Amino acid sequence: MKNESRNQWLSYLATADENYLISLWDNLNMKIEYNWLREPEIGSVMVQGKAGVTGDNFNVGEVTITRCSLSLDKKIQGHGYVQGRNKYKSKIAALCDALMQTEKKEIIKRNIIDKLIKYKNNKRNEILSKTEATKVDFFTLVRGEDK
Amino acid sequence: MYVSVKGGEKAINNAHSWLSEIRRGDVNIAELNIKQISEQLTLSVDRVMSEGSLYDKDLSALAIKQSRGDLIEAIFLMRAYRTTLPRIGSSKPIETGKMLCLRRISATFKDIPGKQKLGPTFDYTHRLLDFKLLADGEYEKAKIEKYDDKEIPHVLSFLNKEGLIQKEIPSDKSSKDITRNPINFPLTRSERLQSLSRGDEGFLLGLAYSTQRGYARNHAFVGELRTGYVEVQFEIPELGIEINIADVMFTECESVNQFKGSKKIPAQFTRGYGLVFGQLERKAISMALVDRSMRWREFGEEYLGVAAQDEEFVISHCDNIQATGFLEHIKLPHYVDFQAELDLVRKIREEYKKNEQRT
Repeated sequence: MKNESRNQWLSYLATADENYLISLWDNLNMKIEYNWLREPEIGSVMVQGKAGVTGDNFNVGEVTITRCSLSLDKKIQGHGYVQGRNKYKSKIAALCDALMQTEKKEIIKRNIIDKLIKYKNNKRNEILSKTEATKVDFFTLVRGEDK
Repeated sequence: MYVSVKGGEKAINNAHSWLSEIRRGDVNIAELNIKQISEQLTLSVDRVMSEGSLYDKDLSALAIKQSRGDLIEAIFLMRAYRTTLPRIGSSKPIETGKMLCLRRISATFKDIPGKQKLGPTFDYTHRLLDFKLLADGEYEKAKIEKYDDKEIPHVLSFLNKEGLIQKEIPSDKSSKDITRNPINFPLTRSERLQSLSRGDEGFLLGLAYSTQRGYARNHAFVGELRTGYVEVQFEIPELGIEINIADVMFTECESVNQFKGSKKIPAQFTRGYGLVFGQLERKAISMALVDRSMRWREFGEEYLGVAAQDEEFVISHCDNIQATGFLEHIKLPHYVDFQAELDLVRKIREEYKKNEQRT
């Protein structure tokens, strides 16, 4: 699977539909002990665009982000940077990030990360196939004098 | 002159109570919930996010509900909330070439790689009221077709290859944030673009229209218009790795405008750029036209003294929260100021009378 690397799983956790991620996590019914390094806090990230696609950078506007950090023991830390303002989503992301570095990796990967990937791919396919249906096929009309 | 006056607390509290009741409306009608607004009034939600300068659909829907659908009031609420958020950082510049497009059209080329895709548009509707919507629940389902999942290249990149259009020189220069630093004219193009992207749609539409009617010579074509989701990449400070932290919908417009050439460079098209949150194409097109008209200095064009060329005029007046703040403050008590004016006008009139009697 291509989600082996940390930035991949963090990306799927960050952009997950919050209700879906929460239901996946709650269904696992895991009791995990952890310590907060940073309790969930809501903030923003400034999104940058490029003038004329390739030119100078400019600030377009901000997007809400929630973040937190926790540790399972002294060695393993999890970071939960997620889109939106849901503190529970952020905590789940941090726990998953931490557990992905432990022997519980397979459980999290199979029951959460893989499902998030599938969910996102389905959404993408849905948009692409609807967009494709609105593709314009041009045809030239035969003009009267050509007959 | 400002003198503080006490009083009116009861009137204000009671006004707020009535506001709360009237916001709710007829209690025999089901109350609107935030998800209904964010799912069914999507373009209002997009406008509030764009001009509120904060991408968060639930907050935008809440602001619309709280403001009784007054979008400028809703934008005000978003802006106020935005200022309370700690800034975690800045994203990498987005790559709109990798956009997951719902819509992608070009008015300059018919046959383009990636094709013209209309998406969910009002463009070819007849603008007749649809009385079927008065009845409940009826809607058509979107059709689907097989697709190739390929990146859709920007249309203007083809003109670029032939040198027919002015190049946007690749750059990684970052820009000052106009919400955190005072504005000093003349501005960089990046500062202008930030300002336009959060500017008032109506104001920018009017200015863009003025350029089309001849106030600043820059006849524009829509080279490309695209709407879709873009991955926002952000480097996690603790880890130093980049992740896709958010998926954000944007509308982007690249305009193609009339030529510019010199002794050194043969005639070539010039361009304007619009990029806004959400599916707001009227605003994205307006932004591109106004961006282009303010670039007259860069292209060595004549300054015609028209509004759309004057960055100080455009940027100082395109922010509807600044504008409404100053405009609406004049309805708040100015009793003392007015008393002074009243005294003055009485005095002038008395002197006038005296002079008349003398002659």
